[in-house]
Amino acid sequence: MSDNRPSIELTDAQQKARRKRSIAIALCLAAFVVIFYAVTVIKLGPDVLNRPL
Amino acid sequence: MALVEDIKISEPRISEATPRDYFDLLKPRVMSLVVFTALVGLLVAPGSINPFIAAVAILAIAVGAGASGALNMWYDADVDAVMSRTAKRPIPSGRVGREETLVFGLILSVLSVMTLGLVTNWVAGGLLAFTIFFYAVIYTMWLKRTTPQNIVIGGAAGAFPPMIGWAAVTGTLTMESAVLFMIIFLWTPPHFWALALFKLRDYEIAGMPMMPNVVGERATKRQMLVYSVLLAAFAVLPWPLGFAGPVYGIAAIVLGANFIRHALAVWQMADGDATMVPAKKLFGFSLTYLFAIFAVLFVEIIVMRVLA
Repeated sequence: MSDNRPSIELTDAQQKARRKRSIAIALCLAAFVVIFYAVTVIKLGPDVLNRPL
Repeated sequence: MALVEDIKISEPRISEATPRDYFDLLKPRVMSLVVFTALVGLLVAPGSINPFIAAVAILAIAVGAGASGALNMWYDADVDAVMSRTAKRPIPSGRVGREETLVFGLILSVLSVMTLGLVTNWVAGGLLAFTIFFYAVIYTMWLKRTTPQNIVIGGAAGAFPPMIGWAAVTGTLTMESAVLFMIIFLWTPPHFWALALFKLRDYEIAGMPMMPNVVGERATKRQMLVYSVLLAAFAVLPWPLGFAGPVYGIAAIVLGANFIRHALAVWQMADGDATMVPAKKLFGFSLTYLFAIFAVLFVEIIVMRVLA
């Protein structure tokens, strides 16, 4: 099965902008994960394991 | 209305938007005031909060405020395009599309409210949700284009952050946090009407019912003076109410007197004065005033806690 649609060539500016956006999203996601990890440790501490199973 | 069609949006195109453009959608300058007033509310509140939790709470409030700014830019792209002050914003300048802005604003709204609610408490989270709703829906979609009282009522949205900061620590809404709310609430009309006076033509072209182009310059200046006097009086209240000391009290009196002096100069300004020097001075001073009031409150509380 072949795709005959013409492929879109990104210009340099478009590629650069996309790369910057990707990096920004990655950094935000990483920060979000770190924040929730730290908040969980601070709010629950060792109690995180102390729950009815 | 051909305003919307004049802007190059929604054409199929590949985005060249950078993270900076998305950051600009959050209205960073408004955000800095929100961060500052929320931080003061959080620190002045009785009780203790883990410093990291406090930082996350402030971040969530800032992002929530930014999200409402993005929703405002999504809705107002048509009028932003015709006003000199706002024509360079990301949507009217064609850097970010309207749909992207709407989705960006909605996602950040939900994330910020969930984060604040989970990390602190749901009184603070609920208040942040209400603030975003108030700014985006009540102010932007409803009041802004229909009544000259738009920024008086809409000003409430900008006045909530210290209350949210306070609620993040205590989980309650109290008289003290309501006083902080009132200070920003009463500050907003003279601040924005000073801007509206010297940007009058812009607002006229955009068809925005701002006070000066609805009731005239004279009536606007009189109302600005009334709000300035009320503001100066309310700003002293934290002292007699006992959550600020005499240093704050005296600073609030001096700053308030200066605010009234600037408002008087605007009041005495001749109608049709094209240079608008007193209005520009009041606008500039109003920013200094709000920062100073909250900064003194903040420094005094910190010094008192360190000495205690």
